[in-house]
Amino acid sequence: MFYSVLTLFVLSFIGFYLGKRKSIKLSQNIKLASLPSYYGYLAMLYILIPTLIAWFVLLVGENFVLEKYLFLILKEFLISMSGSEVQLFFIKIKNLSEGASFGNESDLELLGAQKIIQFKNLFLLLTYLVIFLVTAIALYLVNKKISPTFKSQRDVEKIVNLFIQLCSYIAILITVGIFLSLVFETINFFGYVNPLDFLFGINWNPNKAFVIDSSDVIDKDILKDAFGIIPLMTGTLLVAFLAMLVSIPLGLMSAIYLAEYAPKRIRDISKPVIEILAGIPTVVYGFFAALVVAPKIADLGEYIGLDVSSESALAAGLTMGVMIIPFVSSLSDDVIGAVPQSLRDGSYALGATKSETIIKVILPSALPGIIGSFLLAISRAIGETMIVVMAASLQANLTINPLEPTTTITTQIVTALTGDTEFDNPKTLVAFALGLTLFFATLLLNYFALRTVKKYREQYD
Amino acid sequence: MVNSIITKNLNVYYGDQQAIHNISLDFLKNKVTALIGPSGCGKSTFLRCLNRMNDVIDICRVEGNISLNGMDIYSKEIEVEHLREKIGMVFQKPNPFPKSIYDNVAYGPRIHGFTDKKEEMDLIVETSLKKAGLFEEVKDRLDDMGTSLSGGQQQRLCIARAIAIKPEVILMDEPCSALDPIATSIIEELITDLKKSYTIIIVTHSMQQAARVSDKTAFFHLGNLIEEGDTSKIFTKPDHQKTNDYITGRFG
Repeated sequence: MFYSVLTLFVLSFIGFYLGKRKSIKLSQNIKLASLPSYYGYLAMLYILIPTLIAWFVLLVGENFVLEKYLFLILKEFLISMSGSEVQLFFIKIKNLSEGASFGNESDLELLGAQKIIQFKNLFLLLTYLVIFLVTAIALYLVNKKISPTFKSQRDVEKIVNLFIQLCSYIAILITVGIFLSLVFETINFFGYVNPLDFLFGINWNPNKAFVIDSSDVIDKDILKDAFGIIPLMTGTLLVAFLAMLVSIPLGLMSAIYLAEYAPKRIRDISKPVIEILAGIPTVVYGFFAALVVAPKIADLGEYIGLDVSSESALAAGLTMGVMIIPFVSSLSDDVIGAVPQSLRDGSYALGATKSETIIKVILPSALPGIIGSFLLAISRAIGETMIVVMAASLQANLTINPLEPTTTITTQIVTALTGDTEFDNPKTLVAFALGLTLFFATLLLNYFALRTVKKYREQYD
Repeated sequence: MVNSIITKNLNVYYGDQQAIHNISLDFLKNKVTALIGPSGCGKSTFLRCLNRMNDVIDICRVEGNISLNGMDIYSKEIEVEHLREKIGMVFQKPNPFPKSIYDNVAYGPRIHGFTDKKEEMDLIVETSLKKAGLFEEVKDRLDDMGTSLSGGQQQRLCIARAIAIKPEVILMDEPCSALDPIATSIIEELITDLKKSYTIIIVTHSMQQAARVSDKTAFFHLGNLIEEGDTSKIFTKPDHQKTNDYITGRFG
């Protein structure tokens, strides 16, 4: 299959060369409507697009045709088997055809594998045949089209335009698809649990759903106080709040230092270094929080006579705060730097000191942008999973005490979807409802963040 | 005739490049002095030395002596904030703060602690705006953003802002170059008005403007002071050929 793709690209390059050569030949006597390379590109696209489509169809269709073919030729043997036996048989002979032999195959299996190999060879031949045929047709069509008055540039632009349109639609469609899958599974979930119980319940105890067997009649009363999102909400907000408590002052102060005070040399070094913080994988922060921060906090708490659990919201929040610093500092630094120099000059010329200028002119001017950076950081904190999974436990706990263990929405999504997943049990389905809630929460935050940033752009000039 | 600012043997360097060559120039109190010359001649650099705005530029180095009322402004005892309280500045492009009109004018008095009382601050804002000839136009919308005004109004707001801290000298760096002719003529009238109370030093590209508003004119070329004197003399019979060429439009 790899070679067939390679062939297809080689053919399209040959097409480019041929198209260009023909147009160059033409252009010796007469001026062409487009540059010669555009005739080449056109030939290339005429070959590449249909062959790629044909190749893709063949690739996807191969398995389907193969199974139909096997049914046809092995009909008398397969007719006695049940559906799952047939599937097993197919898997076995497919592996066999690829060389995975155990030496104990029956004659029938060996025959099947042989047939598969025959089929595959035939199919590959067919693939090449189609590719060459399509190429020939394309070349013929392009050859007929190329003339001095033919504006090939326009056609090329049109094709490229369509291609990039397609790319953007695919991105949108995938987003819509993700969203719809969330919505449908959430609707399923709400078949088991009343949405009001979900949104306003104060007990989170999904294990209650274990008693349900799919064959049983579901007892909704048991589920009534099993899936209350409120403890998760408070946990999420608590951890995010602690994270912001760390990242907002540190991030903003470092941004002010970097943008206004730091000499160029220090700025050139420390800005990338701070941004590296954002590049550390969150799982690394996670085990740092679990193995270093949490025990230290527990020790310290013990020392001053507080009862601190070894997994605490505080440990997760602090570590997350450090992780988010670059989001705040980098963006704030940019918006502070974007405040026009003329405003600084104006303030200095009135006899203001540097700190007066920063507090009274620069920060107010940059405020919407700075708030935008805060909001982006908050949505990042709410969506963060790994640190909380590792440092803040899985135990739902309706509390605002940072020294107690707590859990967040994202953590519960992870627990719902790892291990045994049953898509007819609310214990698993709740992940989608949680996901949708989170989706709306961050969507809302992002919306406000972008709106303030947009407002900021209109601030001066 | 009393001198307000005296500069002696001023040399300014940007890194290795010398922008001002040994300039000595005095400015009379309550007069308007125009600095003219082609682009890049150092007149704006010179102006920015007078309130030490060049301090913020790392590579800029100033040698020589500048004194305000006999006091060396580059001496260690001088606080630059205090100096700028006495020497205000209006920039080429109007740069009101993105605050209300009132807060723009009150900004300087507040940071210098002129008053805590609302009524006194109101009075300062009102008189400053009146002096800048803007009060009648904005008296009903002092809470509007300063940036919402027209270009000419913004520049007059910047002038009001500068005079609110009661400076002795006002530096103007091409204050009309971003304005239309009508706004320009309003500002020019204002300058003539203001010189009763302030010493004004104005950098301008417009020869007509220099001739219209100034009492004294100094002609700069390539970082050198070529000629200075009464405006009427510079524009009618200059001593130097270069000055003559410039004011008659032969170069620049």
